[in-house]
Amino acid sequence: MSFEPKIVGFLCNWCSYAGADLAGVSRLKCVPNVHIIRLMCSGGLSPFLILKALEAGADGVLICGCSPGDCHYREGNYKAIRRMALLKRILGQFGIEQERVQLHWVCASCGDEFVDVVNKMTAEIKELGPLRAGAISN
Amino acid sequence: MEEPRIGVYVCHCGTNIAGTVDVEEVAKYAETLPNVIVSRHYPYTCSDPGQELIKKDIKELGVNRVVVASCSPRLHERTFQTVLREAGLNPYLFQMANIREHCSWLHEASPELTEKAKRMVRAAVNRVSQHVPLEIRGLPIFPATLIVGGGISGMQAALEIANSNHMVYIIEREPSIGGHMAQFDKTFPTLDCAACILTPKMTEVARHPFIRVLTYSEVVGISGFVGNFRVKIRRKPRYVDEGKCIGCLICQEKCPWTALSEFNAGTSERKAIYTPFAQAVPNIPVIDTEHCVYFLKGKCRACEKFCDAKAIRFEQSELIFELDVGNIIIATGFDTFDAFSIPQYGYGRYPNVFTSLEFERLCSPTGPTEGHIMLADGRPPDSVAIIHCVGSRDKNYHEYCSRVCCMHALKYSHLIKEKTNAEVYQMYIDMRCFGKGYEEFYDRIQNEGVNFIRGKVAKVTDEPITEEEKNKLIVLVEDTLLGTMLRVPVDMVILCVALEPRKDANEVARLFHLGRSADGFFLERHPKLDPAATMSEGILIAGCCQGPKDIPDSVAHASAAAARALAMIARGKIEVPAVTASIDEDQCSGCKICNLLCPFDAISFDDEAKISRINEVLCQGCGVCAAACPSGAITHNYFTADEITAEIEGVLA
Repeated sequence: MSFEPKIVGFLCNWCSYAGADLAGVSRLKCVPNVHIIRLMCSGGLSPFLILKALEAGADGVLICGCSPGDCHYREGNYKAIRRMALLKRILGQFGIEQERVQLHWVCASCGDEFVDVVNKMTAEIKELGPLRAGAISN
Repeated sequence: MEEPRIGVYVCHCGTNIAGTVDVEEVAKYAETLPNVIVSRHYPYTCSDPGQELIKKDIKELGVNRVVVASCSPRLHERTFQTVLREAGLNPYLFQMANIREHCSWLHEASPELTEKAKRMVRAAVNRVSQHVPLEIRGLPIFPATLIVGGGISGMQAALEIANSNHMVYIIEREPSIGGHMAQFDKTFPTLDCAACILTPKMTEVARHPFIRVLTYSEVVGISGFVGNFRVKIRRKPRYVDEGKCIGCLICQEKCPWTALSEFNAGTSERKAIYTPFAQAVPNIPVIDTEHCVYFLKGKCRACEKFCDAKAIRFEQSELIFELDVGNIIIATGFDTFDAFSIPQYGYGRYPNVFTSLEFERLCSPTGPTEGHIMLADGRPPDSVAIIHCVGSRDKNYHEYCSRVCCMHALKYSHLIKEKTNAEVYQMYIDMRCFGKGYEEFYDRIQNEGVNFIRGKVAKVTDEPITEEEKNKLIVLVEDTLLGTMLRVPVDMVILCVALEPRKDANEVARLFHLGRSADGFFLERHPKLDPAATMSEGILIAGCCQGPKDIPDSVAHASAAAARALAMIARGKIEVPAVTASIDEDQCSGCKICNLLCPFDAISFDDEAKISRINEVLCQGCGVCAAACPSGAITHNYFTADEITAEIEGVLA
């Protein structure tokens, strides 16, 4: 059987979760590999939880927030960008490919973009293969 | 804390979920999960009997946590939280699994969907085991309402609210309220004149003791949240003292400089100091600095010289001020489709090709021709072609139907027949006359001798091939009922242009955190059951900014938005979700990192205790501080690390 990656998707409540809802309401179709977890804001996502997801068996983590300038909390998404830069350096030290953790902007009316992001990221992770077991915990 | 006793309810949502997800199997699977004492599936969990089912289990089986696997929490989280509360449970001991929008609707049908739904339910069960009761706070609200846009929708909503003796502010960016409706001549299907029904309403709005009209103003910023918005308004300078101007308009008469009149859709000129139209409210002119020669070259001041009231103020500058409001109604209306985008219809090349809005002005007694329908050279037309669906129902431009064009096209036929002897041709795709009295109107116009040609126009040209076509515009159209190509020579062509979202709809959507549907109009909370609310609490939409509407529908929509706002005003307070952050004082190291991160200045530093403290009234619950706290002293309630970790482990297990 071909490898089906498991991806955890952290979506902000105001834009991206609504965008994913819109994708569903519009009956757009994407691959079922991303498991969505709702957050209030992409800036409220602790890097600890991203690592936790990778440790718990995710092959990738997708983070979606409001487009720059659109954050419901003014600038939470900018904080997410800055955290991401630091986290990527740490991931490198663990030997984890950068593509496994991706940050994308998905607005409340961007159902089609959400579907594109999910399909594209799933294909990329498929290419990379499963995350080495124990990449984080050992 | 007591041992979790979880009840799981898997919703069929008719066939929306059950069509592709084996709900029975999901419910059976949920029974095997830790702490689950009852698991059921039900056709419509959000219905009354569905809600009763949950309440009964809470009371009789001692269920103390609830998971509903159904639609998006953005739709029904509140519904089910209320169920818990009514049954005596804390509403935060609840979790939803979104197996409709994010599962059954989002993926191609396959057995994998049932598996995915199971994982989602498992995640929700895991998570809800970690939930703790949270306290809901009641907050007082500002009773005033802000309405953005002073067209018919904005005015209607304003009057509905103000008549309950609650303050309303109307912000209108143009110099006068009235909107597009003020530009129309007659209104279908009753043919009463738009001005006769609109201008009394405009006056009523302006004189209402509970309405403050702020024209020539725009919203530039907004902060706060439902019930407690603070809105920043920019009042553009009119260069006229509103307190002194008596509206004699001698300035307009004497001004030597002109520009194209926006109100007359560019069919005539106006002065550089002007009121857009004679019945403008307020009847106070503005100086258009792009065309006023004093602003351009520093000389003239004719208006100032002739103004007896001494009201001209060249030194006036813009005013920025703030308003505190509880509700905001967006009624920003529409723009018309740019007819230049379809060059084959000849708009701009042939002077006798008009848009529908231009034709409204030609028909209007207050328009450039004082209501006489005439060609560019002043002759009355012998024949007129009315082209439907210009930019609407067209995959190249807008896929949607603009809903008003069929009816105003019929109205134009009537007006042309009434005022001239011209032959009228309607070139339509389908006639859509759906409203009250509309079909009867269609019938009436058919009996007035109008020619109906079913087909989409290919081209308008001025190149004749017969003697009869000389000096005419020739409309090339396929009559799809006869199956023949026609060349219809006419004197005048009217393009029924589409209604489309305002050019700046994107900026407005960003400012007010609104979603937009695929067609670009603002997105309502629910297309059928909640058309006036948006996903942003306390921000409502009315009229054409949500989608093309005729006047009756705009008025009904605006009244619905007003009723929503009034419900909150009458309650006097709102319940603020308990999703906030809190600090464990024993763990706080006093590093102050959170102080700077908080976008709402809700965290301050207690200099005596050397720790940070969160003001729960200001906290909006984004969780940025909790994610950044190096000591792990901050808890983001309802989104704690333990809760999210449980959810992660649930989906991945």
